[in-house]
Amino acid sequence: MTETGILSFGAYIPKRRLQRSAIHAFNSWFAPGMRGLAKGEKANANWDEDAITMAVEAARDGLTGLDRATVAGLTLASTTLPFADRLNAGIVKEALALPDATAASDAAGSLRAGSSALLQALGGQETRLVLASDRRLAKPGTEAEMNYGDAAAAMLVGQGDVIARFIGGHSVTVDFVDHYRSSGAEYDYAWESRWIRDEGYAAILGTALKDGLAKLGVDGASVTRSIIAVPVKGVPELLAKKAGLNPDSCVDPMMAIVGDSGAAHPLLMLAATLETAKPGDTILLASFGQGADVLLFEVTDAITRLPARRGVAGHLAFRAEDANYSRYLFHRGLHNLDKGMRAEMDQKQPGTTLFRQRKAVLGLIGGRCTKTGTVQFPKTEISVNPNDRAQGTQEDWPLAEKTATVIAFTADNLTYSPDPPSFYGTIDFEGGGRLVTEFADVTKEEVEVGVAMRMVFRIKAVDEMRGFTKYFWKAVPANKGDA
Amino acid sequence: MPRGIKDKVAILGMGCSKFGERWDKDADQLMVEAFDEALADAGIETSQIDAAWLGVGFDAQNIGPSGIPLSMALRLPNIGVTKVENYCASGTESFRGAVYAVASGACDIALALGVEKLKDTGYGGLPVRSRGTTFDMIGVTGSAPGSFAQIASAYRAKHGVSRDDLKRAIAHVSVKSHANGAKNPKAHLRKAVDMDTVLNAPMIADPLGLYDCCGVSDGAACAIVTTPEIAKALGKKDLVAVKALQISASNGWEMQQGGGWDGSYFHTTRIAAAKAYEEAGITRPREQVSLMEVHDCFSITELVTMEDLFISKEGDGWKDVLDGFFDADGGIPCQIDGGLKCFGHPIGASGLRMLYENYLQLLGRAGDRQRQDNPVFALSHNLGGQPVQNVSAVAIVGLHGA
Repeated sequence: MTETGILSFGAYIPKRRLQRSAIHAFNSWFAPGMRGLAKGEKANANWDEDAITMAVEAARDGLTGLDRATVAGLTLASTTLPFADRLNAGIVKEALALPDATAASDAAGSLRAGSSALLQALGGQETRLVLASDRRLAKPGTEAEMNYGDAAAAMLVGQGDVIARFIGGHSVTVDFVDHYRSSGAEYDYAWESRWIRDEGYAAILGTALKDGLAKLGVDGASVTRSIIAVPVKGVPELLAKKAGLNPDSCVDPMMAIVGDSGAAHPLLMLAATLETAKPGDTILLASFGQGADVLLFEVTDAITRLPARRGVAGHLAFRAEDANYSRYLFHRGLHNLDKGMRAEMDQKQPGTTLFRQRKAVLGLIGGRCTKTGTVQFPKTEISVNPNDRAQGTQEDWPLAEKTATVIAFTADNLTYSPDPPSFYGTIDFEGGGRLVTEFADVTKEEVEVGVAMRMVFRIKAVDEMRGFTKYFWKAVPANKGDA
Repeated sequence: MPRGIKDKVAILGMGCSKFGERWDKDADQLMVEAFDEALADAGIETSQIDAAWLGVGFDAQNIGPSGIPLSMALRLPNIGVTKVENYCASGTESFRGAVYAVASGACDIALALGVEKLKDTGYGGLPVRSRGTTFDMIGVTGSAPGSFAQIASAYRAKHGVSRDDLKRAIAHVSVKSHANGAKNPKAHLRKAVDMDTVLNAPMIADPLGLYDCCGVSDGAACAIVTTPEIAKALGKKDLVAVKALQISASNGWEMQQGGGWDGSYFHTTRIAAAKAYEEAGITRPREQVSLMEVHDCFSITELVTMEDLFISKEGDGWKDVLDGFFDADGGIPCQIDGGLKCFGHPIGASGLRMLYENYLQLLGRAGDRQRQDNPVFALSHNLGGQPVQNVSAVAIVGLHGA
């Protein structure tokens, strides 16, 4: 059992799918050239989602049925990390309620950040959770706007009962600037797509594919699933053919249903592939970004024993068609709607209180009275139980993975919300505990007293004055998108 | 059981400013307006007041910290002034301070004054504010209507009331209060509305529409209290005495313990009401309470409160409302002065405004809106915070000796 490989996988795709036709209907007067791309839909994160929150959801999906104590380390790869200097992976670690003795790090810098982090983890000995997540901004009226989608994926890597054995990898690095985004800049600056196709994909990635297969001694024809994470129609098949791979083995890059999720995309495609993979399949994963990564896996019998999860298919099914381009722009700071005076409340977050309450705020860990069994949130010195105000008896009681039932709720049109109306209410957790919290991504038809909910990690508020993002847990209807 | 407050303290005089959008007045001017009326009613000099309590709900608006603003506005003779804040129960809380001071014998005459300037925020409704650093990390900063709207969802679910029936019942609450407010010269909103207008108004927080929400106002109200003996010695004949004064504060049970509170009622109001009736010696509230001023911040709050005050049977409040039991000419008029809905809701003043109306009604001084059946016990009720975590105050006043 010393094989190294993938132990588990997970995915997250936001519920709303923006119709590209809605983008084009608005912008065609200015950018008629986008007409050819105005097909299908792309996953768009809600205002309260970013690379961190999506990574947390993908990680939870990937850890379905597993003991989190086995996770020794975690890497969060993204080109859109919310913080430049605050460990983004550290926030994920708290949200997953992993022990402090977890080695967490961020990976960034290119669209290969996810695949390179995966490659690195596969070269180590420890069980490591590799997360890739991106929520890239694009200027209106650009190809990038049409192509980019938001998503995250998780790969749990390590030794033991692997579902996919790591055969080996190959990496090349070339400073090929097809696009770039300087530190602090919001948008990419991209060069001509024909040049990228010829000198980037064909030359750099194409060569890496050939060299990788040769280095690992794998016959291209034996590869059953080829993930060539290039978001241009026809290019993966072309590259596959040139590298001796079967073009029919190419995996759908999901451009019509998700869009290009940046650094997350290679891992998202890998997750989608593993969902339908059979023991014995050989999977090739190739990514591109100032060079290329090529990874090869062989699927094992263990994949048949992996517990069901939402995964890519579950998240794709949990879908809300979205034609509201105005809202999409507003959520990305590209549409200057007046938020009104109610939005002016100071969101300053004292660092001291966040640190003291980090388990409650970021981990949704409440308290359970060891004397009476009363569960409550948050944990306090004296139990909330009116019949026994036991003092100092509470143990940590994680609530994030518990389902809950709606006790009372409303849809508030008056309070400021970037996604009005603001749904919130009181929910009771299975096994005890109660929380008054916001409901995310819901419509009026989905909520009623008695409806089952599950928890998701989201942005609570943003302190725009000081550039600080506040996170907490919200509720979404359960059994939607559940595997 | 403590001995209680019944008949130990009498109201010597009361005053209330006009409520509304008082664009031309500062808080100190509103305080003077209410105080002048109370002082004339009491027939005393300012120098005879031994201590004062000031109730204000929102710190940031207009007056700032401490009891000093009241002392300055009224140029009180350097007596002790205590500022109290207890959400929307702040006015009744200030009254409690003054009443307890007199009952203890520490003071002969005490003043309670509540004031609020809410129309200096730049927008309608209550100011958005922090509820403390821990709450702000884990709680919902919803609007007031959103907080209270939730009780409707749980009430419907518990009692099997249809969305339409409940919507009509809460609409009746507002139609009734508008009809009452139209008769009150000091009321903020003085226009009658019909059912269709209420039912078809824009939705604020489901199921509460625009007319299900009270306005927020500028205003001040005050009471001067003393012992019945001193009141008589000062020449007062018909005395209105304090019969009960109870406040109950949530301890987190509703908000934090699953499976307990079902979200359909106000836990604290039931506790405060039960204690208040016992303190006042009222055993059959539906027969004995003559009129009520309750905290109708939202129509659904008033409806549910009818049950929490043990006037309506649980689950039947909506039927009593639709039957007109709480109309001005009904069994027990509720908000005969227009209520928070139409008299207005300057937070710190509201509890004292309710006491003011009850005081006038008991003395037969309520003008066009005077209840003609010689009221004996009048109840006022405040609810501050939100259904899951709140402060509830119940005050009962009545004719001395009744």
